[in-house]
Amino acid sequence: MPRKTMIEAIRDAMDTMMERDDNVVVFGEDVGFFGGVFRCTQGLQAKYGKTRCFDAPISEAGIVGAAIGMAAYGLRPCIEIQFADYVYPAYDQIVSEAARLRYRSNGGFTCPIVVRMPAGGGIFGGQTHSQSPEALFTHVSGLKVVVPSNPYDAKGLLISAIEDPDPVIFLEPKRLYNGPFDGHHERPVTPWSKHDLGEVPNGHYTVPLGKAIKRREGSQLTILAYGTMVYVAEAAAEEHGIDAEIIDLRTLLPLDLETIVESVNKTGRCVIVHEATMTSGFGAELAALVQEHCFYKLEAPVARVTGWDTPYPHAQEWDYFPGPVRVGRALVETLEG
Amino acid sequence: MSDGPLGEFGPLSLHVPEPAVRHGGEPDFSNVNIPEAGSVRRPEVDTNPEDIRDLAFSIIRVLSRDGEAVGPWAGLLTDDQLIEGLRHMMTLRTFDARMQIAQRQGKTSFYMQHLGEEAVSCAFRKALAPGDMNFPTYRQAGLLIADDYPMVEMMCQIYSNERDPLKGRQLPIMYSSKEHGFFTISGNLATQYIQAVGWAMASAIKNDTKIAAGWIGDGSTAESDFHASLVFASTYKAPVVLNIVNNQWAISTFQGIARGGSGTFAARGLGFGIPALRVDGNDYLAVYAVAQWAIERARRNLGPTLIEYVTYRVGAHSTSDDPSAYRPKTESDAWPLGDPIVRLKNHLIGRGVWSDERHKQTEAEILDTVIAAQKEAESFGTLHAGGKPSARDMFEGVYEEMPPHLRRQRQQAGV
Repeated sequence: MPRKTMIEAIRDAMDTMMERDDNVVVFGEDVGFFGGVFRCTQGLQAKYGKTRCFDAPISEAGIVGAAIGMAAYGLRPCIEIQFADYVYPAYDQIVSEAARLRYRSNGGFTCPIVVRMPAGGGIFGGQTHSQSPEALFTHVSGLKVVVPSNPYDAKGLLISAIEDPDPVIFLEPKRLYNGPFDGHHERPVTPWSKHDLGEVPNGHYTVPLGKAIKRREGSQLTILAYGTMVYVAEAAAEEHGIDAEIIDLRTLLPLDLETIVESVNKTGRCVIVHEATMTSGFGAELAALVQEHCFYKLEAPVARVTGWDTPYPHAQEWDYFPGPVRVGRALVETLEG
Repeated sequence: MSDGPLGEFGPLSLHVPEPAVRHGGEPDFSNVNIPEAGSVRRPEVDTNPEDIRDLAFSIIRVLSRDGEAVGPWAGLLTDDQLIEGLRHMMTLRTFDARMQIAQRQGKTSFYMQHLGEEAVSCAFRKALAPGDMNFPTYRQAGLLIADDYPMVEMMCQIYSNERDPLKGRQLPIMYSSKEHGFFTISGNLATQYIQAVGWAMASAIKNDTKIAAGWIGDGSTAESDFHASLVFASTYKAPVVLNIVNNQWAISTFQGIARGGSGTFAARGLGFGIPALRVDGNDYLAVYAVAQWAIERARRNLGPTLIEYVTYRVGAHSTSDDPSAYRPKTESDAWPLGDPIVRLKNHLIGRGVWSDERHKQTEAEILDTVIAAQKEAESFGTLHAGGKPSARDMFEGVYEEMPPHLRRQRQQAGV
């Protein structure tokens, strides 16, 4: 089976869907001629023409607003926000419009759009190229929020997102574009070509939205992770010799609560990890759900390891990023607790 | 304040514009420059936008002071069509009056009327074709009335009753009807303007023949979505008509706060190379003529047009404000463009196809029709009495398929 980077897998998903469905259009800043700053849309304009894949003005509200109108017409826009850090001008369009069209019109108008955006840190992007704003979207009824962690899932989830009848926020952990990253920034990068999850089938396949997956079966504790933190969690558990069950959530909204509850009820311990800031982060929602559903099976307090509640810094990236040392410490404390 | 030397510069001061007059004062529209009816030329639809920049600073008018249709924009509608237009405007006004009272009676929470602005949406609708899509604000119900959308359905929406087509989820008057080319009203301002452009782009992408119309008020042109809309419309030459209804007031804020130093709202289009027309919004014939011109441009793939309708909001912004607290009580009487219904009525009387008697008779007929519709709507309930949407409906339609967490919450709610 061909191995692909996450960039190639994401491009493959759009290519596959543009081939199958004339109503799929792709646009965003630098997306057309150049193929996107991360090259996720490279070649799509040449293949499908410039009315199916094109450059947009630097106006995130305009990009999302136009996509909503196109979706109301009957297209399936898959649009790119160049960095998740730039999505805020479009927030009103996403929250007040895309998320509510179906509800407020009683199904008269719907909004099958996908808003793709590179998110997360690890590339020395400072505060404007490193943010993880997922909780700003999981708080909104009417949206779906997806965070893939590998090329296979990225393609299958993106195809599901494009086919989904409702708006999907698709956050791509940019540090994973070219290979898995376990937080050991001083070590050489492993490319996806050397990883099993870099195997991406040709053609159409889906990974369903709303379904988590166990990356590792284990008995001592449960780690809830998504995106880059899946690999950090794996490294931390391995380095401390802990038999952790690692759940890659993949979709944050709707959440696969069943898989989480089944695992935590089995292990009795739960550590939640994410890159985003802690306060009111998605980890808070996960911790609340775990205590609601697993309280009588818990042997230790639910722990969170996250980015600090500061803006994402530049020089202090590795002090900020919740790497394997911090995660490992939380695993040990949770086991001893 | 700094004690430093100012040299040749005095201290700075902030400019905050004020309307010519506020409540308690005498109305003053001396700064509103009204050209003679028929005096503004009608360019070909494929005219280079650069050659018609002056139209953004004038006002296209058809009905003269004597009620005659004059000039190059006249002669598009038959007497029967004009009588139909008059009936639509009268229906909208009567509908508004009844619903305004219903709100005061506590039958609904909120209402917004069109008093004085009926011509804009009623005439525009008649220039569109089936399949075209409006992205309206909350003051274009004439788009529905003039397309014969059932009044009972509108009222059921206003009452949020058991027949409310939107299941009680949306604030009164935020209608939605795909079949009648009426995009779901948001209530958030200006968001729909760029969506209209996107819809039009989609029509062009699919080589369709349908066009879109965006709607915005004078105050909301200050939103950044307005700017984004003009950029996208201009860049992709989208088949869209971008309408600005300048009714002089954004709640208590006069239009000068949004307009700033620009001469007109229409002139906003010029920097984008978008042809911009200004029209007498209280002149049914002029509104129709300009709408038809812009719609034809869009349909011929010549791109967007910006239209500013110069009109006046005679009533309050909504049932939640009292205009006598921020503008002269008699200001609407002094409005130099008159009343759209009176003007069209006088035109038809002048043509010998209408009379005061027939007008009164029509008024009575319309009132009967509206009251009958109201009775029927109220038989399905009002906001606080009778049939209402179920609490279960609240959980439906957030997504096509209800996700597990919503199902759990619905169970918790016991519905």
